[in-house]
Amino acid sequence: MPVTVKTFTSTNEAAAALSSDRSARYLGGGTLVMRALNEGDISISTVVRASDQAMTRIDASGARVVLGAGVTFARILAERDLGFLHAPARSIGGPAVRNMGTVGGNLFAPVPYGDFTVAMLALDAVVSVQGGLGGREIGIEEFLQSRDRQAGTLVLAISFAKPGSTEAFRYRKIARIKPKGGAVITLAAHLPVNGSRIVGARVALGSMAPTPIRARAAERALEGRALDASTINAAAAAAVEGTSPGDNALASAWYRREIVGVHLRRLLSGQE
Amino acid sequence: MTKTPLQFQHNGRDVAIFVDGGTNLLVALRELIGDMTPKFGCGQGGCGTCSVLIDGELHLSCLTLAETVAGRSVETLDGIKDGPNLHPLQRAFADNFAAQCGYCTPGMLMAAKALLDRNPQPSRAEVVEAISGNICRCTGYEPIINAVLAAASGGRARA
Repeated sequence: MPVTVKTFTSTNEAAAALSSDRSARYLGGGTLVMRALNEGDISISTVVRASDQAMTRIDASGARVVLGAGVTFARILAERDLGFLHAPARSIGGPAVRNMGTVGGNLFAPVPYGDFTVAMLALDAVVSVQGGLGGREIGIEEFLQSRDRQAGTLVLAISFAKPGSTEAFRYRKIARIKPKGGAVITLAAHLPVNGSRIVGARVALGSMAPTPIRARAAERALEGRALDASTINAAAAAAVEGTSPGDNALASAWYRREIVGVHLRRLLSGQE
Repeated sequence: MTKTPLQFQHNGRDVAIFVDGGTNLLVALRELIGDMTPKFGCGQGGCGTCSVLIDGELHLSCLTLAETVAGRSVETLDGIKDGPNLHPLQRAFADNFAAQCGYCTPGMLMAAKALLDRNPQPSRAEVVEAISGNICRCTGYEPIINAVLAAASGGRARA
């Protein structure tokens, strides 16, 4: 069924168009919305686009990284200052999907997709959104918890502090098909170290709940401790706490629960 | 509902069509321009047989809103041969038995062309990565990988 396509030069106008029409969806790279249209999703009657160049801006020179919502994964892979994000960006789709898919769209990608968002959750990202009543910034955890209600807001950018070292940020995607495939589970950890102790541990899991979630029990096991064998064992044993994975063609919920601790152990141990 | 005028370059030739809102580029190419080389597979971005180059970059035409290619260059498999002469990739696919049922072939060739255009001497791992978004259920991929390596400039592809 034909839809109305509205393209705006300003994000304000695009946000107003989105918030005033419940059947409007924002089109970024197309990998989610065009798929829905191809499948005959009649809940979408208007497609909104914004050509504002701020949506595709990358600012990675300072301590805080800002990624416009329209930045593609291919562009992240081309950015030397974003080397710590190359593993999550490369784990998404094939080359064509990485040329199209955007960091903003990934926030809305359902299981078994949305791997980049798992990395963003571990990095405690802030999501800048523009609604009908103005702009605001939302912590990514709160954003994900209310994701179903965010369709009427326009995501402008995602920002986060750059990890202090390459060791501080770790990422691992478990997929049956390599190098490309939907996730069985996805793990990301940000482990800032003060002296030899971890301070401010964040562990994020994908495909272990309807949206990416934090593994809070594992974080507690890591917090204030050195990353030694006993700490890793404790974190791995706690990884499954608070998760609610589902069954799909890639893996059962039981299997996901069984392996999440195994892969968190490998992630923390630095194993391939 | 009104149709939207759309102009772009299709294999080096200027084309002008009218599209319904929400039309994807694959439908525009096949049904409005008559270029049947990009195929409809999954419509979800999972199979890669609709792959085309937009301004030299590999894209999935089934997930591309047609209106977004206005003023841009779209290259499909139909445009890579030179008159009656096959493109070196097409010749290598034939020589290496890289096409069986042939349904994935247009996407495989475009993904391979996107790779060789920027990296004329890819390694085997780079070829595997380049075609990782394209599904083939016949060949087991090995003949396709071998064909891309054979087509790489001077056949001097790295191991």
